[in-house]
Amino acid sequence: MRPASTPSVDRAVATMLPVRIIPCLDVRAGRVVKGVKFKGLADQGDPATLARAYEEQGADEVVVLDVTATTEARRTRLDTVRSVRARLSVPLAVGGGIRGVEDAEALLEAGADKVAVNTAALRRPDLLSELAARFGTQCVVLSIDALRVGGDAARTGVAAARAKERPDGAADDLAVDAYEVVVRSGTEPVAVDATRWARHAVDLGAGEILLTSIDRDGTRSGYELPLLRAVREAVEVPIVASGGADDPGHMADAVRHGADAVLAASIFHQREWTVGRVKEALAALGVGVRP
Amino acid sequence: MSRSAPEVTVVRTSTANLASVVAGFERIGCRVRTTADAGRVARADRLVLPGVGAFAAARGAIASHGLEDPLRERIERGRATLGICLGMQLMATGSEEAPGTPGLGVLDGVAGRFETGEQEWRVPQMGWNRVIPARGCTIVPPGYAYFANSYRLTARPAGWEPVWCEYAGRFLAAVECGAVVGCQFHPELSGAYGALLLNRWLEA
Repeated sequence: MRPASTPSVDRAVATMLPVRIIPCLDVRAGRVVKGVKFKGLADQGDPATLARAYEEQGADEVVVLDVTATTEARRTRLDTVRSVRARLSVPLAVGGGIRGVEDAEALLEAGADKVAVNTAALRRPDLLSELAARFGTQCVVLSIDALRVGGDAARTGVAAARAKERPDGAADDLAVDAYEVVVRSGTEPVAVDATRWARHAVDLGAGEILLTSIDRDGTRSGYELPLLRAVREAVEVPIVASGGADDPGHMADAVRHGADAVLAASIFHQREWTVGRVKEALAALGVGVRP
Repeated sequence: MSRSAPEVTVVRTSTANLASVVAGFERIGCRVRTTADAGRVARADRLVLPGVGAFAAARGAIASHGLEDPLRERIERGRATLGICLGMQLMATGSEEAPGTPGLGVLDGVAGRFETGEQEWRVPQMGWNRVIPARGCTIVPPGYAYFANSYRLTARPAGWEPVWCEYAGRFLAAVECGAVVGCQFHPELSGAYGALLLNRWLEA
């Protein structure tokens, strides 16, 4: 564990609820798996058993992500959600392969409290409005997988397009980190700026942003803080930071950069940290947690 | 499940959080049935009015099933009824979210949106917040409860015991009057705290 990077608590933290600690279960064919940078999956256990264990440790919410999208896999996923719901008495968000309102409804009927949409919302943003109208904005999570584009890479794609829009055509934006949205489980970059997409999605009806850094996912090198700060400045809805957590110090950093909740998988699955110990460490770092 | 398992009836007006509410009661050993039938709503020993999403749509669903009178009547008679989240707001006079759409009117007050001003309060409020019941409360305990809301009531309605909470100012986390309870938060998603509340309501 690292010492706190900033002793002071900034204004954003002072107007917050206790930060939510959210274990993430990546599920394939009814089993929890975990990869590095979205690849190399290894079995971590039964979803309902793990979800219940995390609740008992003090988890404030649980996220289940299942991106396998065949018809058979979708049926399995509904079974997984039902079995998790039967044992879990804290909120459950489910994401992966949600293509339309019917998919979302099936997940909610199985016991999800929120649905996280990603690729389908980017392809057809009206999906967000439809979900919000039907189920309420608090049900609608926009999941963004973002890839940093900077340096030489910035001369093409999102950062270049953004610089071109400046009236003075200033090139200094190219030196600034920009983040590109990547869809289809981190396989397909699209030339869309993550910050702008977040803002647009909130206007349409997203009630929360699940923000994952592909650069950090599974690397345990800490959350991508400039990404958090950029999206925080763009939207007023809660942000869940994801990708890269190794210890509570990383989580405290994320909170200070605008995260309302922190999601982690590896550190919990591999039993290096319990949720309870993470909360004790965060409290010692001056971050408010639910006792 | 034993023969003595308490039975709870849940009003089925929308799908969004129905499964969580049903699972919440099943986990504490209840038999749960869902209904949109006016007769069953009137007769149920213990009735839950859940609700998420838009005020006007949920209010419309109540009206289209003819549930207004049975809901009002049972609440006025003090029969065990639990309104959750939007279900609590539907008990009120109305909501700024849908001007001109009256609520059931058993709870005096109009739900308004959180006023964040220049502060960085997130809307919706999404997460766990500490609730503080007034001394006269017997069902809602003090503790941390899970909220997911953009609108809320702020003034104590006459005839109800208030449960207070702070988020961009003071608001009503819940109200209770005998066995009738309105919760702005989600007891079914509030872990051990929520289970304690639901058990107390079953015994009220």
